[in-house]
Amino acid sequence: MNNMLNVALPKGRLGEKVYAMFEKAGFPCPSILENSRKLIFENQETCVRYFWVKPSDVAIYVERGAADVGVAGKDILLEYEPDVYELLDLDIGKCRMAVAAMANFRDDPQRTLRVATKFSNIAAKYYLGKGRDIDIIHLNGSIEIAPILGLSDVIVDIVETGTTLKENNLAVKETIVPISARLIANKSSYNFNSDKIDMLVREITAQMEASK
Amino acid sequence: MNLQNLLISTYEKVSFSLRDLYSHYGYTQYKMSKFEEYDLYARNKDFLISDKVITFTDLSGKLMALKPDVTLSIVKNSIDEPDTLQKLYYAENVYRATKGAHAYKEIMQVGLECMGKVDDYCLCEVLTLAAKSLLAISDNVVMNISHLGFLSDLIDGIGISGQDKTRAIQFIGQKNYHELSGLCRELLIDEDKISKFLQILTTTGSPETVLPVISCLAADITDVAPVERLLHVVQAIGDAEAKGILHFDFSVVDDLHYYNGLVFKGFVQGLPQSILSGGQYDKLMRKMNRRSCAVGFAVYMDMLERLDADKETFDVDVVLIYEDGAEPAALRSCVDSLIAQGNRVMAQQKIPQNIRYRQLMKYACGEVSILE
Repeated sequence: MNNMLNVALPKGRLGEKVYAMFEKAGFPCPSILENSRKLIFENQETCVRYFWVKPSDVAIYVERGAADVGVAGKDILLEYEPDVYELLDLDIGKCRMAVAAMANFRDDPQRTLRVATKFSNIAAKYYLGKGRDIDIIHLNGSIEIAPILGLSDVIVDIVETGTTLKENNLAVKETIVPISARLIANKSSYNFNSDKIDMLVREITAQMEASK
Repeated sequence: MNLQNLLISTYEKVSFSLRDLYSHYGYTQYKMSKFEEYDLYARNKDFLISDKVITFTDLSGKLMALKPDVTLSIVKNSIDEPDTLQKLYYAENVYRATKGAHAYKEIMQVGLECMGKVDDYCLCEVLTLAAKSLLAISDNVVMNISHLGFLSDLIDGIGISGQDKTRAIQFIGQKNYHELSGLCRELLIDEDKISKFLQILTTTGSPETVLPVISCLAADITDVAPVERLLHVVQAIGDAEAKGILHFDFSVVDDLHYYNGLVFKGFVQGLPQSILSGGQYDKLMRKMNRRSCAVGFAVYMDMLERLDADKETFDVDVVLIYEDGAEPAALRSCVDSLIAQGNRVMAQQKIPQNIRYRQLMKYACGEVSILE
C-alpha cells in the first residue's frame, strides 16, 4: 500500500514559504530546492511527495484525493467550497477580500449594484446576506479596470497593500473577510494518514507559536 | 476459467454481496419507479445532496423528476406504522448533478432503510450492516460515527444558536478549530467552556475509548445520555471486524433539520470521498408527517469503478492470427482448445487495434505458434 504523503503546494513565493514550514516539521525533500522544471518531487526516506500546482487548483487536487494535504488561500476555499478538512490557519499570505470602487463612488440603493469579480460565489453570498440586489459580472483578471471603464459600479477582489487600487484611483469601501493560507486535507485520506497529518499540524502549530 | 476474476467487476461483486447481506438480515427489496413528482424534492431540497433535479412534464401535465434520491421516495410511499419495524433495501439508479462538471450523472445507489420503532438493537444492526458493507468493498476501510443530536445539544449548551450554530456545525465538519474557537470568543463564551467544547470535538478514536471521555467532559454542559446510549449500541456489535473499523469523530455532520441521532460515513482507502453515508432521520419523518422513526444508509456504487482503475486488465487472453483461407473446422478446433485451457480467445486475420491482449499467437497449417 502506498503510504506516501502527497502534498499539493501552491506555485510561487507562498509555496516556497510553506515548503520551509513542512521541511522544518519533519517532511524534507531536498530535491525540491534544486533549480529544475520538474513539478513532482519525492523523498522515499520521509515518505513525502510534493507537487507544485496553480494556487487556485490546490483545493481541487486535495478534494479529489490526488493530494492528501495542501495549502490553499481562504479566498479559494470560500469561492469553491471544496469538501475538505481545514486543519490550520498558517497565518501567512495574509490579505483581505474587499469591495472596492472609484474613490468618489456613492452607492445608490435604488439601483441594482453592478459587481465585477473573479469571486462570484463570495460576492453573491455577501450581498445576499445584506439583502442587496446585484448584477454579477464575472471576470478572470484585471478586475480593477471594470469600474474605470464603467463596466461595473464596484469590484470584489483580494486586496493586499492597496497600491494597485490607489494607482487606479480606486478605494476599499468594505472588507468582506480576512484571507490567509490554510492547511487543508482530503477527508478520506485523513482517515488513513491521520498520524502523519496530525504530526504535521502539531509541528507547524509549534513553529507558529515559537515565532509569535 | 475463473469467471469471477475475469469478468465480474468490483461493482458487480459488491452489488451482489450487499444484496445478499441485507436479505440475510431479513431486509426485503424495495423497487420503485424512475420518476417521482417534482414537488416532493422541491419541499425537501436541503435533504438532497444537490438541489439540481432533472424535470419534465408528463402527459397529464404534471411536473415530474428523475429521482435524485431514494430515501424520500421510500418514506413517501411507506405506510406509517410507528409500533412495528419495516426493513427494506434497494439497489436503484439516481440522477444527480456532479459538482463542478455542470452535468447530470446516473449513479447506482445500494442501501437500506428501517422505519417504524427504531430501538437499540435496530441501530446496532444497521451499524453492523454498514460496517460489513464497507468490508465487502475492501479491507482498508474506516467508518466514522458521530451523534448529531448530542452535538446539537452541546452547541446549544455552550450558548451558540441561530445562524452561528449553522456556522459552528460547518466549522466542525471541516475540523476547522481555529475559526470555531474564533466564533466562540466572538460570542464571549466562558473560556473554561470553550476549552472543554474544543477538547470534546478534537477527541477522536475508537468509540469505546472515546465516548466515556466525551461523556465526562460534556457532563456539565449538556445531557450525556445520548452518548451513553451510543456506547451501549456499539458495545452490542458482536462482529469484531465490523467493530474494529468504527471510529468516533464529530466531523461527521449533516443537516440538523433532517438528521437527529447517530450519523456515520464510510471511507475506503484509495477513494477520495466517503462511499457510504447514513444516519437517523426522525426529523425528516416528522417533516413528512410520519410518526415513525427511521435510520438507514446508502452506498454510492459509482465510486467503485475507481477501485478497478489500477487493475491490470486485458480485453482477451489470446489474439490468434490466422491467414486468409485457413481451414474453418481446424481453426475452430484450435480456438476451442485454447478456450478449454481457460483463455478468452479472439481469432482475427490482422492484429486488432485498441485491444489489450496477454498473448499474440499465430495459426498456420494446423499449428499454433506464440508471436509475443
